[in-house]
Amino acid sequence: MNRCLKIAGVLLMALMFIGNAYAEDMIQIKGSDTLINLVQRLSEVYMNEHSNDYIAVTGGGSGTGVAALINKKCDIANASRGMKAKEVDQATSAGVDAKRVVIAMDGLSVITNGNNPVDKLTIQQIGSIFSGAITNWSEVGGPNKEITLYGRQSNSGTFVFFRDVVVKADYSAKMNRMNGNAQIVEAVKQDISGIGYVGVGYVKDARGVNVLKVASMEGAVYASPLNANDVKSGKYPIARPLNQYLNGAPKGAVKDFIAFELSDQGQKIVEEEGFFPIPKEYIDYNAQSVGL
Amino acid sequence: MQKIKEKIIHGFFFLNGFLVVIILIGIFALLLFTALPAFKEINILEFLMSSRWNPTSFTKEEYGIVSMLVSTFMVTLGSLFIAVPLGIGTAAYLSDIASPRVREIVKPIVEILAGIPSVVIGFLGIVIVGPIIAKIFHTSNGLNAINGSVLLAIMALPTIISISEDALNSVPNSFTHASMALGATKWQTLVKVKIPAALSGIIAATMLGMGRAIGETMTVLMATGCAPAMPEGFLSAVRTMTSTIAIELGEVPYYTTHYYALFGIGLVLFVITFIVNLIADIVLHKHQKLSR
Repeated sequence: MNRCLKIAGVLLMALMFIGNAYAEDMIQIKGSDTLINLVQRLSEVYMNEHSNDYIAVTGGGSGTGVAALINKKCDIANASRGMKAKEVDQATSAGVDAKRVVIAMDGLSVITNGNNPVDKLTIQQIGSIFSGAITNWSEVGGPNKEITLYGRQSNSGTFVFFRDVVVKADYSAKMNRMNGNAQIVEAVKQDISGIGYVGVGYVKDARGVNVLKVASMEGAVYASPLNANDVKSGKYPIARPLNQYLNGAPKGAVKDFIAFELSDQGQKIVEEEGFFPIPKEYIDYNAQSVGL
Repeated sequence: MQKIKEKIIHGFFFLNGFLVVIILIGIFALLLFTALPAFKEINILEFLMSSRWNPTSFTKEEYGIVSMLVSTFMVTLGSLFIAVPLGIGTAAYLSDIASPRVREIVKPIVEILAGIPSVVIGFLGIVIVGPIIAKIFHTSNGLNAINGSVLLAIMALPTIISISEDALNSVPNSFTHASMALGATKWQTLVKVKIPAALSGIIAATMLGMGRAIGETMTVLMATGCAPAMPEGFLSAVRTMTSTIAIELGEVPYYTTHYYALFGIGLVLFVITFIVNLIADIVLHKHQKLSR
């Protein structure tokens, strides 16, 4: 009995030291579900080349990431939307100096079932569909079926961005709130009258869904988010920058990782994951915001 | 020396029991004191009576829990509707009709059913149960209250079966022998003598299964669609109280009205579960007294 206790005590102390050594150079990244696959891939490639650094990437939605940054529980917050004014105030009163870096561009894609004949809509029509004003596909030139809405949950940056830019009102209370981009793609694949919104990285290989072409108004040109030029030139009306927020100017391992993300190698990985590299205006913005 | 040793052991066990009570009171106190500040900003009648929950609204923030209460009760009662007949039938089979060999195989399998993680069951709900429900009821998707009820029934079954079987086994043999001696068949004995005698145990089993179903989070979050509108029937998407807390607690900044309101929902949930367990306990005690 005594010997067992002694051995257990020694093992416990050893575990505490190992735990400490491991946590030395760890970067904790939390937040957006849109960004999670991209940032995980970037961190895997980075860790292959820098075996001393350890990066942990988790999801939870942009809202969760920003809240974690404000509560000082992570080093980098992935956010597919900008910080709200309320969040900026909370950061300041918590003593957090939130700095923003743009690491990729996203053409937010609106998807429908592969068997749905509707393949293009104006941004106002999409807004009316998601606010519940339009309830049947026949009102927009489709079959006579009631529309099933699939969206994200309120902790998602995509949820907030889509609502502020496209819907411009509250979402319909009947919209199904799914857990993440992948769930929306799967749900729309199985539901013939479904419509949903996902980051473009989730539709590059998707079969069984149509990516709608969107026009900024009746009579304007219909552009697709799969076309890199349309996204860069602004012809596709629902393009958005994908951000990372830090606490203060980046130092040490965090600085090296962000420099890697913005480098040619990092931006190539961004393209491979289905998103778009950052245009000049955001390269200049990053230089001015965090010096990278 | 012996007396001191006795006293120490006595004290140790007493402390253990006391610790459990302290933890329970502590949790209740935490919920109560963290939820109270919410009611400075939210009218408590609006909280308990309004059916619109929208704390991150584009227009006006609303904090009403009625839709969530209705959703929770719908999936719980739906699951009991499926699980109680199935559970009592299985318990009757195991205690009365099955040969000892079959009992030795089936009982462990029922226990294993209780060990399946709720995420896995939620996943099965999306991938298998959902499409089946969509096909049977001719809806466009299977993310609704029926899906949630089926999955919660699977989770509540092991509890109901185990405790009902114990209740049936503890009916004194004299009852069975007397009934058979009077000329009743095995079936008549089971339905008219054994089950009524074990009724309080079976009711307690049902209440405990109900408590399990009320508190289940991950399964309903994944498989019921999480639409906040008041459900129109079992074929509409529902959002339970547990899903709402799980979705929103990660992103809410600490110590805001929204944060306190979520603890308010937790408090309501705690009180409901407490009452259900209390009733089960009272009924079970009555059963134990009667069979002595």
